[in-house]
Amino acid sequence: MSSRRQMLDRIRRALDGGAGPGGASPAAAVSRAYAHEHGDRTPAETTDLLVETLEQYKAAVHRAAPGKVPHVVARLVAEAGSGRVVVPTGLPEHVLGLVGCEVEHERPGLTAGDLDTCGSVITSCALAIAETGTIVLDAGPGQGSRKLTLVPDHHICIVRAEQIVGSVPQALARLSPARPLTWISGPSASSDIELNRVEGVHGPRRLDVVVVDRG
Amino acid sequence: MTGTHLGMPAFPEAAREAVGNSTLRANLRHATRTIREKRALAVTELDDWAALREAGKQIKDHTLRHLDTYLLQLEEAVTAAGGTVHWAQDAAEANRIVTDLVRATGETEVVKVKSMATQEIGLNEHLAAEGITAYETDLAELIVQLADDRPSHILVPAIHRNRGEIRDIFRERMGDWGRPAPEGLSDIPAELAEAARLHLREKFLRAKVGVSGANFMVAETGTLVVVESEGNGRMCLTLPETLISVVGIEKVVPTWQDLEVFLQTLPRSSTAERMNPYTSMWTGTTDGDGPRDFHLVLLDNGRTAVLADEVGRQALRCIRCSACLNVCPVYERAGGHAYGSVYPGPIGAILTPQLRGTASEVDASLPYASTLCGACYDVCPVAIDIPEVLVHLREQVADQGGHRVEKAVLGAAAWAFDHPAVLATAQRAASLTRALHPSRLPGPGRAWTDSRDLPQLPDKPFRDWWKRHHEGKEDAQ
Ligand code: SF4
Repeated sequence: MSSRRQMLDRIRRALDGGAGPGGASPAAAVSRAYAHEHGDRTPAETTDLLVETLEQYKAAVHRAAPGKVPHVVARLVAEAGSGRVVVPTGLPEHVLGLVGCEVEHERPGLTAGDLDTCGSVITSCALAIAETGTIVLDAGPGQGSRKLTLVPDHHICIVRAEQIVGSVPQALARLSPARPLTWISGPSASSDIELNRVEGVHGPRRLDVVVVDRG
Repeated sequence: MTGTHLGMPAFPEAAREAVGNSTLRANLRHATRTIREKRALAVTELDDWAALREAGKQIKDHTLRHLDTYLLQLEEAVTAAGGTVHWAQDAAEANRIVTDLVRATGETEVVKVKSMATQEIGLNEHLAAEGITAYETDLAELIVQLADDRPSHILVPAIHRNRGEIRDIFRERMGDWGRPAPEGLSDIPAELAEAARLHLREKFLRAKVGVSGANFMVAETGTLVVVESEGNGRMCLTLPETLISVVGIEKVVPTWQDLEVFLQTLPRSSTAERMNPYTSMWTGTTDGDGPRDFHLVLLDNGRTAVLADEVGRQALRCIRCSACLNVCPVYERAGGHAYGSVYPGPIGAILTPQLRGTASEVDASLPYASTLCGACYDVCPVAIDIPEVLVHLREQVADQGGHRVEKAVLGAAAWAFDHPAVLATAQRAASLTRALHPSRLPGPGRAWTDSRDLPQLPDKPFRDWWKRHHEGKEDAQ
């Protein structure tokens, strides 16, 4: 008998001959009395909260009017001292208009080793969560494959105000499980050495979030 | 379970040794207190914590009640998304499956992200015997691996090492495993982390095979979730061509929506953060993004036996947050190694004897390694009644009798009661956590001043916090 068969049999025996009463419907079995969002906020307040929670987890936040995004991006690249930046397909070209260094576009065959020589990566995101200070990337337009935002040491992420949701339940309801998702809450960190938080172990050590105000 | 821990002294002896080790004791006390206080604040911020905890418990109970159905649904979804599902009845079978999968790639190295399931089955040791080197990539796991140690805490496995020891381990051992530590490495945590970054980056960039566990598997979508801090998880899950995930069958949840509960309760219970730095979710394989081959190994290894025990089965709800360790007065004094298994602390005391049985002295003694103070139950985000299971297991051990077992049991119980400090801490921990009321927490300011590295969390629920923050502004307008 296959292991699969044996494990399923053992489970059924453990449960007294199979499925419990009522069939497998989580909708009926689970009471979801928890909040859908914590507190009532206007959209502007939600944006303020995101800025606050991002900063508390050591991301640098820069608010910008839509017309000013290219300036902010160019300044952040220059400040990081990057000689080369990499960008995913689908990122609006005008965002890069003022970047002073070489810009590499993601292409098939770009290796992690290539990315290791890029100073910064610039992307958009799928959404951001205000209560937890989280940015979610789903490999959609302007976000690139997962390795793009992992290997370079500096990530600039552009969040439009209308992409901000309040809570984790609101975020999951908008995201597609069919896409590879990366949830980012501040730069990489470890507290493994005597519980001292150290920023940046393997992911980007610097995370700049550009929050674009409603136009 | 793994051979690493066999031949361990029974609980009281191991605990006595640990109490004699002052580095371990001081580090543990500092660590458990720090995390404990921060966790209480992170939890207080959500005024619906009790409802989230109840929903988490119900989701897990429901899943366990229909585990066969959900595993089949998961298998179908993972397969439809391009993954391959394997079933492993025990450690030996899981190790064999992983070994064969690695062999098929022609590689002799794998990068690993911390996983309790792979520790439980002793995968690294097995691969080593087969000529395959597994590189651990969590900072703490790297320390443990370089030092040839066993981990002592679920979340902070190197908690028994201080920074000076870590520097020495890096200086002496990194060269044997790959890129040596930089010249003149100091014991500043940021420098130690930088040394680990350089040492491991070389391995990530050339790795062809990654091995992981998972925190959650979603039956309806086939999605796997890994929650982490450092980014080594993302490296292992994204850069290799082949990914093998070994996951206990109890990690399945029915729906995508269920994640909304655990992604709120796990980070707060575990690292006292609103959200951990990185969470990866993937469903099968994606063209041009991440591994081309994905294998999921579903692990039983005693879990179906736990499921058969109606009282004990609640241990399978565990989401491995480690909150129960940090409030446990016995764990704080005895340390993780005393539990003789990869699962230390209160959860280990109920899970290990059920997974392995209580034939050995150490496993028979585990249900007695507790004062039954109940602090573990109070903090558990899935409301596992650990004292209830402990009492239940004690009855089983008592029934089984035998001289050897009796001796172990009496020893463990006497050990706990012989340490007045353990009992006192137990009572204090219980009173601090029983009611998670702001007025009964230790002064929030004080808790935070010792830990300048972490940002301050508000000590009130979001709703109040928001009000307080913004009423001022409105008044001014
Ligand atoms: S038993 Fe509960 S508190 Fe302990 S690790 Fe598991 S989920 Fe966390």
